[in-house]
Amino acid sequence: MNKKTSSLVQRLTLTPYSVWAVLFIVVPLVFVAYYAFTDSSFAFTTDNITRFFTATSVVDDGETVREVHTYLVIFMRSLKLAVISTVICLLMGYPLAYIMARAPEKTQKILLTLIMIPMWMNFLIRTYAWMTILQDKGILNGFLTALHLRPVHVIGTESAVIIGMVYDYFPYMVLPIYSVMAKLDVRLLEAASDLGCPGPSVLRRVIWPLSIPGVLSGVTMVLVPSISTFYISQKLGNGKFFLIGDAIEGQYVANNLHFAAAIAFILMVILLVCMALMQKLANRKLIVA
Amino acid sequence: MKKIIELKNITKSFDGEVVLDNISLDIYDNEFITLLGPSGCGKTTTLRIIGGFETPDSGDVIFMGEDIKDVPPYKRNVNTVFQRYALFPHLNVFENVAFSLREKKVPKDEIKRKVTEMLTLVALKGFEKRSVTSLSGGQQQRVAIARALVNQPKVLLLDEPLAALDLKLRKDMQVELKNIQKATGITFVFVTHDQEEALSMSDTVVVMSEGRIQQIGTPVDIYNEPTNAFVADFIGESNILDGVMLEDRKVSFAGQVFECVDEGFDRREPVDVVVRPEDVDIVPADRGMLKGVVTSVTFLGVHYEIIVDIDGFKWMIQTTDFWDVDETIGLVIEPDAIHVMKKSEYSGMFGDYSTFSDEMEEIGEVEIEELAEIEERGGNRTESGKTDE
Repeated sequence: MNKKTSSLVQRLTLTPYSVWAVLFIVVPLVFVAYYAFTDSSFAFTTDNITRFFTATSVVDDGETVREVHTYLVIFMRSLKLAVISTVICLLMGYPLAYIMARAPEKTQKILLTLIMIPMWMNFLIRTYAWMTILQDKGILNGFLTALHLRPVHVIGTESAVIIGMVYDYFPYMVLPIYSVMAKLDVRLLEAASDLGCPGPSVLRRVIWPLSIPGVLSGVTMVLVPSISTFYISQKLGNGKFFLIGDAIEGQYVANNLHFAAAIAFILMVILLVCMALMQKLANRKLIVA
Repeated sequence: MKKIIELKNITKSFDGEVVLDNISLDIYDNEFITLLGPSGCGKTTTLRIIGGFETPDSGDVIFMGEDIKDVPPYKRNVNTVFQRYALFPHLNVFENVAFSLREKKVPKDEIKRKVTEMLTLVALKGFEKRSVTSLSGGQQQRVAIARALVNQPKVLLLDEPLAALDLKLRKDMQVELKNIQKATGITFVFVTHDQEEALSMSDTVVVMSEGRIQQIGTPVDIYNEPTNAFVADFIGESNILDGVMLEDRKVSFAGQVFECVDEGFDRREPVDVVVRPEDVDIVPADRGMLKGVVTSVTFLGVHYEIIVDIDGFKWMIQTTDFWDVDETIGLVIEPDAIHVMKKSEYSGMFGDYSTFSDEMEEIGEVEIEELAEIEERGGNRTESGKTDE
């Protein structure tokens, strides 16, 4: 009796969240799928999906003229930039998270705040700030010239796009790893040391495997938004690197909703499959290691 | 016997607070030595210095003739069973035990042989593939012991290894640990705050308080010949009275002169006199050397614990006969039931049961705190939560 009422109360308190989740997560996803598999008269079709894999265009890079699969090329380009950004975030973020987790509490708080401050700024403003820094006559080159060093050309290159992505998504890599590391039992590290492991071994055999859950969520949180970003590449890449996010935006702006939805849908499926594979790999590694 | 570890004049402080105050201790090969004391007495710090997790501010740590003060833990031929075990949650039972062997790149079949041997020793054969988080406290404890022993260290350090187990299991593990120690011949350095545990398992007991060693001796010595009021009070129950040594084998306390077996004190030297509650004989009031009124009775199963008021000093006496509150009884104390100690800084602080009920409450609170701590750590264990350092 008592149990029943409490479960009813529980369900009632959960209602707003359920409504929220259905309205803003499930319904939009259903719409994306619906649009992806229909044509402009809302008749079922797989044309949009096939178009993604088969559409071709001609590329003339001045030397050779080739015919390529438009969207597959765009997707691979997005994937490459996103993976590079994610790897850089991980390489920088992992040691930082480790140092933070071992630092005195006060230092931890200061570092956390420093990492989060950029997140309080608007995404567009951050990207514009990087434009002014990286421009050929921007702050960076002004600084280099002042030091009598050769100015560098960054804006409009892949590097600029990667810098932008790394800057924007770096906190999403550090924070999940940090939270796992901070919870790591110091006695486990002592135990490893006690059992004959020098420092690097402790890192490889205890800290790393135990921090994998944090690394996985960090990688997910950086890879997913950076693979689908469009604004950074437009502003920092001078529009030279057309990414999958740009493609979706372009189709959307051109009022080609069904194809935009199809690209979004395919991207989503690919990402989900990747995540599932990663999770599986990590699980197996955990058991075997 | 061969000395295996020598601690020489070790001093250690944390944030200006002295934790170890000039400790010197010899540990011999093959012995089961216990560091015993209340929390904050420095016993765990001493263990951590031997393990290499703390560096002393001054003093030397000699291991088999070599100064190892600056040798990191992973290079020491010493292994530790940590408080709440510190098993690797990402590894199964087999891999936890094999951990140190894999580091040394021991051949696979030898790893298998050694791990199996260890798991047999701790009665966990067949548990190889189990996840350590699925094990009970006692089983985790055994894995921790197997993991620490597989490397055949010269010395095994055990930091309150039984504190998180319930009473019954703790008793079983005490016997088992002692057996393992005998079977392997490895020196065990055991840290505990449980005096009963210390007495029942050890070859040598080191009683510590406030960062100093109070007494080193066999369990029997420590119990029968405590050096000061702290040791007498901490180990078992004691009535500790102010007395005066009249001459060899004659001491006066509680307004009477008693024959005793102690010698070598100055004439008329003020002393502390210890009488254990179980060593007092109760007789009818008119035949006793001392006479007092029973003020409280507690039934403890095997015996009654009664508090007797003798001229304002409350004695604790254990008896198998029932005496009611307000009865007047006589006490007889045989010469060998009296132990005379030199006066110390602890004189007058312990051994009077007039505040006994308060003291009991205090002990109760400490235990509850400890339990809470254990639960907290235990609860965090599966997610390898960070606890205190």
